[in-house]
Amino acid sequence: MASETMFIQHFGNEEARSLNYYKNQMDGYSALKKALNLNPEDVIGEVKKSNLRGRGGAGFPTGVKWGFIPKKSDIPKYIVCNADESEPGTFKDRDLMRYTPHLVFEGMAIAGWAIGSSCGYIYIRGEYAREAKLLNQALDEAYQAGFLGKNIFGTGFDFDITVHRGAGAYICGEETGLLNSLEGKRGEPRVKPPFPAIAGAFGGPTVVNNVETLAAVPFIINRGGDWYSNLGKLENSGGTRLFCVSGHVKKPGLYELPAGSFTMRQLIYDYAGGILNDKKLKAVIPGGASSPVLTPDEIDVIVDIEPLMKAGTMLGSAATMVISEDYCVVKVLKRITYFFAHESCGQCTPCREGTAWMYSILKRILSGHGSERDIDMLSELAENIGGGKTLCALGDAAAGPVASFVRKFRPDFEAYVRGAKCRTV
Amino acid sequence: MSKVLPDSFYTAMEALVPRYPTRVALLLPALHEAQKKYGWLPPEVLDEVAEFIKVHPAQVREVASFYTMYNLKVVGEHHLKVCTNVSCALRGADKILEHCEKRLGIKSGETTSDMKFTLAEEECLGACGTAPAMMLDDEYYENLDTQKIDRLIDRLGSAE
Repeated sequence: MASETMFIQHFGNEEARSLNYYKNQMDGYSALKKALNLNPEDVIGEVKKSNLRGRGGAGFPTGVKWGFIPKKSDIPKYIVCNADESEPGTFKDRDLMRYTPHLVFEGMAIAGWAIGSSCGYIYIRGEYAREAKLLNQALDEAYQAGFLGKNIFGTGFDFDITVHRGAGAYICGEETGLLNSLEGKRGEPRVKPPFPAIAGAFGGPTVVNNVETLAAVPFIINRGGDWYSNLGKLENSGGTRLFCVSGHVKKPGLYELPAGSFTMRQLIYDYAGGILNDKKLKAVIPGGASSPVLTPDEIDVIVDIEPLMKAGTMLGSAATMVISEDYCVVKVLKRITYFFAHESCGQCTPCREGTAWMYSILKRILSGHGSERDIDMLSELAENIGGGKTLCALGDAAAGPVASFVRKFRPDFEAYVRGAKCRTV
Repeated sequence: MSKVLPDSFYTAMEALVPRYPTRVALLLPALHEAQKKYGWLPPEVLDEVAEFIKVHPAQVREVASFYTMYNLKVVGEHHLKVCTNVSCALRGADKILEHCEKRLGIKSGETTSDMKFTLAEEECLGACGTAPAMMLDDEYYENLDTQKIDRLIDRLGSAE
């Protein structure tokens, strides 16, 4: 049965980004008008009821996050949209910003009303230069029409949005790294607590939400938290989600599907058309480069936050990367580990040293100079980096793939030690 | 110290001042804007940015060196950044990079002697559904194959 979607029918349509389209085809800014007639507590209540969970990777309940913001604050509060989209395999926020920018603005303004903030920033990764320009054009339209700025709908509520470009650093997707970067510093994650809800941007109470999270908010306000919650098929996980499928499938791309309504097997074989050139499946990375790998025997798992967590991995940013039998998993892991070594900010020793060490061991194994001891050492290193030994989740993100690839595909690593050559050309 | 940054830099920055509660928050936007001048950030530009933000030049260097998009060394007129992260690698990024190296006669990380092209390996660009992908200056190019690369390089190489 075809299910209702919120976003994907507008993707690919250049006209969708205009304010006219947004007003006429998507009831644009009617949710903001509705929210401004509600108490902020009721807006937060509706979002709690919706079971909307953060779409950036952590899956934290959005309404609960908003509820953490103190009502009274001597300094300004902030709404920050995390548009740093940089988890390898993730490419959904880019389309949301390209084709439905006003959804994001409206979601931010509603969030601003809910927590008592009149200032929002969209922190967009620097590489999305074109998307930043499109956002600014859309912002001009929204300001001219009076949907942003001073005294919105004559209610006395002010809300400003500024697009702030990053400059190439994966770690700025981590919310406190992002806040430091927004403040004009190196994007190094902060010691927590204090959490951003208490002391975030410029020291003020701050909500940091992913693009897709904020884009869902206008629908929740217009159609109700219960409606949104019921779109999801499992308890405590509402809505549809944008699933990013890439790698060796016949139809890579975005799929907007009800959360929890299908298995990984269905995602790969039914939705994404199966494996490229009808090859056999070798491995699946279900939720971005940070998520532990799944073997072909493990793909009957339901694709949602909790089932994947129970399966020892994570949904993350819903970025599924599919690897066929033709590609070497050791080589994939080397590339992932290089990425984390490159992106480690360097503050915490286990992450800074450990990621580089794992990368050099993987290079040695692939070049045919590795030993059995090296394979064990990879697992030991992963154990010593992961498990909350670092200020932010990058350490765990780097450790999880290494531990899981070595455990689940050990024969592939051992083949190199015994003298096999990489068959991936 | 004589100024090297154009008036357009100062106009763009002054427009942003009211958008932030602190002046130092302008540092990333300022570095982006300043880089437009030469395509990279020579020492005198970093110093001028520091003077504008009203921070010590060392603070500007500390921040600029954290981010990969700020070029602290001279780069060619065109900057090719080929994504070789997982999704692109699975779709043949290594061949794309190798082809660029061959066509330009340089290795990744190098600049051609005529200063026309700089080639680099890039981390995930967020274009995984249309892999392999690369950036050429500020634009994305997706669903790449070697012919597409040839056409691009031919077009840019002949344009004066």
